[in-house]
Amino acid sequence: MSTMLEYSGVHAYYGAIHALRGVDLVVNEGEIVTLIGANGAGKSTLMMTLFGKPTASSGQIRFQGDDITRTQTHKISREGIALVPEGRRIFQRMTVMENLQMGATFADKANFDADLKRMFEMFPILEKRQQQRAGTLSGGEQQMLAIARALMGRPKLLLLDEPSLGLAPLYIKQVFKIIKELNTRDKMTILLVEQNAHHALKVAHRAYVLQHGEIVLTGTGEELLASAEVRAAYLEGSH
Amino acid sequence: MTTHAHHLPNVASRLKDATGIALVSLLLGVPMIGLKTVDAGGALAIATRWPWLLAFVATMFVGRLVLQFVLDHVKLNKAKRARTRPEIGATRPWLKWIGYAVVGFALVLPIAFSGNRYVVDTATTVLIYVMLGWGLNVVVGLAGLLDLGYVAFYAVGAYTYGLLSTHFGWGFWETLPVAGAAAATFGVILGWPTLRLRGDYLAIVTLGFGEIIRLILVNWTDFSGGPNGIGSIPRPTFFGLPFSPDSDAGPTFASFFHLEYSPEHRVMFLYYLILVLALLTNLFVSRMRKLPVGLAWEAVREDEVACKALGMNVTNVKLSAFAIGAMLGGFAGVFFAARQGFISPESFVFSESATILAIVVLGGMGSQLGVVIASVLLVLLPELGRDFSEYRMLMFGAAMILIMVWRPGGLIAHREPTYRLGKQGAKA
Repeated sequence: MSTMLEYSGVHAYYGAIHALRGVDLVVNEGEIVTLIGANGAGKSTLMMTLFGKPTASSGQIRFQGDDITRTQTHKISREGIALVPEGRRIFQRMTVMENLQMGATFADKANFDADLKRMFEMFPILEKRQQQRAGTLSGGEQQMLAIARALMGRPKLLLLDEPSLGLAPLYIKQVFKIIKELNTRDKMTILLVEQNAHHALKVAHRAYVLQHGEIVLTGTGEELLASAEVRAAYLEGSH
Repeated sequence: MTTHAHHLPNVASRLKDATGIALVSLLLGVPMIGLKTVDAGGALAIATRWPWLLAFVATMFVGRLVLQFVLDHVKLNKAKRARTRPEIGATRPWLKWIGYAVVGFALVLPIAFSGNRYVVDTATTVLIYVMLGWGLNVVVGLAGLLDLGYVAFYAVGAYTYGLLSTHFGWGFWETLPVAGAAAATFGVILGWPTLRLRGDYLAIVTLGFGEIIRLILVNWTDFSGGPNGIGSIPRPTFFGLPFSPDSDAGPTFASFFHLEYSPEHRVMFLYYLILVLALLTNLFVSRMRKLPVGLAWEAVREDEVACKALGMNVTNVKLSAFAIGAMLGGFAGVFFAARQGFISPESFVFSESATILAIVVLGGMGSQLGVVIASVLLVLLPELGRDFSEYRMLMFGAAMILIMVWRPGGLIAHREPTYRLGKQGAKA
């Protein structure tokens, strides 16, 4: 298994706040890696440093062996990293179809029709709503669209930032099912940031726990699910 | 249940509200209406006018009830419309037909009103604003960048033609691309440092830029003629044939086509010229919207973070919108200079920027047809109001407020999808 993404000793500041304090993290090809942590632990910052927002003040981030610590934001996604941002951030006033087109901006045009068909198979609801304004979709449907939009670019690494946030339980289940499916069927490498630790740990091969900008615990998904510390901090009261 | 309450506003609460207003008017009315000073043999005495006061309070009471009733109905209709709004982003074929009808009307207008120079002149003015509106629509409506200094690019276009034609004898058609390029360059110069800013900050910087250009034109007398402007700018010719009375200098438009010379030829030619320019602008912008760059403009308007995550260089996308909007403004400026024959900084003040922006916003951001309707309204309303000129601006303001109350998304808020699959789209 080759290494897809590697953080080594990454520090980052968010204004005056020392948000990441020497993070080491590895995502191997074909893995689902989950990052859990409380609000403000630095999960989103960790993901955004990958895109240079904010830039890591020290340490190194490597993608498929290349140092991308200081690569420009827009060039990083063209390397083959797709982000499904927190809060979905679909293009509200554009149609579902146009959203998908935007996702394919830097992909090979020859693949467009095939990719579109694949997305419609995976998310039948999007086919039905292709001419609808994306803002009129329900929250769950918007999340599907956000994932489909990211996949249209044929990424090698898919980053999901809180994909279950604010969704109805039924959709949460579906989102995790799709994550699992993408990984087993399409061999997609996935880095998942979640507050919903229970679901996230269940689908993950490996997981990291982030606390105050530091990785405090790491192991396989099952190990962390069983860990007393994790249970006490992240699973109590959640389902 | 809450929606039900919204349907039928409670009569008691409405009466209570109106009574409150009546009380306030009573309080205000006692000194203002109820009491009156009268001259009683050299001394001031106070007379009372209770019936007047009663009438005033009653009017307020009834007026408030009527106002509330009307507002409730407007609200109700809006809610109804929102509920019945089709979920599917349906095409509106009739909008397209209206568009064709408008173009058809525009084509025959000078013939229908051939004896009436005023109508054709006003229509030409409308078309200039249509073109400016379509240009600014790229920046504001599609890319979502609030530009309060658009008139600067209009000025750059106008002065480019003014200077090149008077100093170097350049013609209208040669100058057109050069002026467009010059305006686009200015767009990039302004955009490069400022497009990192968002919303209000960008608006202020563009406002400042508009003023800088105007102040340079006013103060750099050697270059631009200062406040005196540039005069005797050559009028456009019909492929080299001037619109002038017969002379020995060569064939004129009239002599070449064996027509009686009439100054109206030029008026009509100018009208058709701007019509063609405007239609080309429309075609160009519609095509751009369907290209990846046009989609990217709209995507940037919707969500910059998402665009960056998809690998878009947001700054470049915005710059392209700015440059293209500026270029179209520059084209309009060349026409303006050619039509007027005289330009001065007076023509490029902030209120022009505001008018163009109002056209875009009133028309419905991003809507091409909306811009046409709004331009007609904004040019014609002040024209129609000439007879009672002191109330002109008042009417104008009231009309704008009413439009924004009834159609907050602009006159035509509909947005046509850029891409659809033939059969599947129809089925969905």
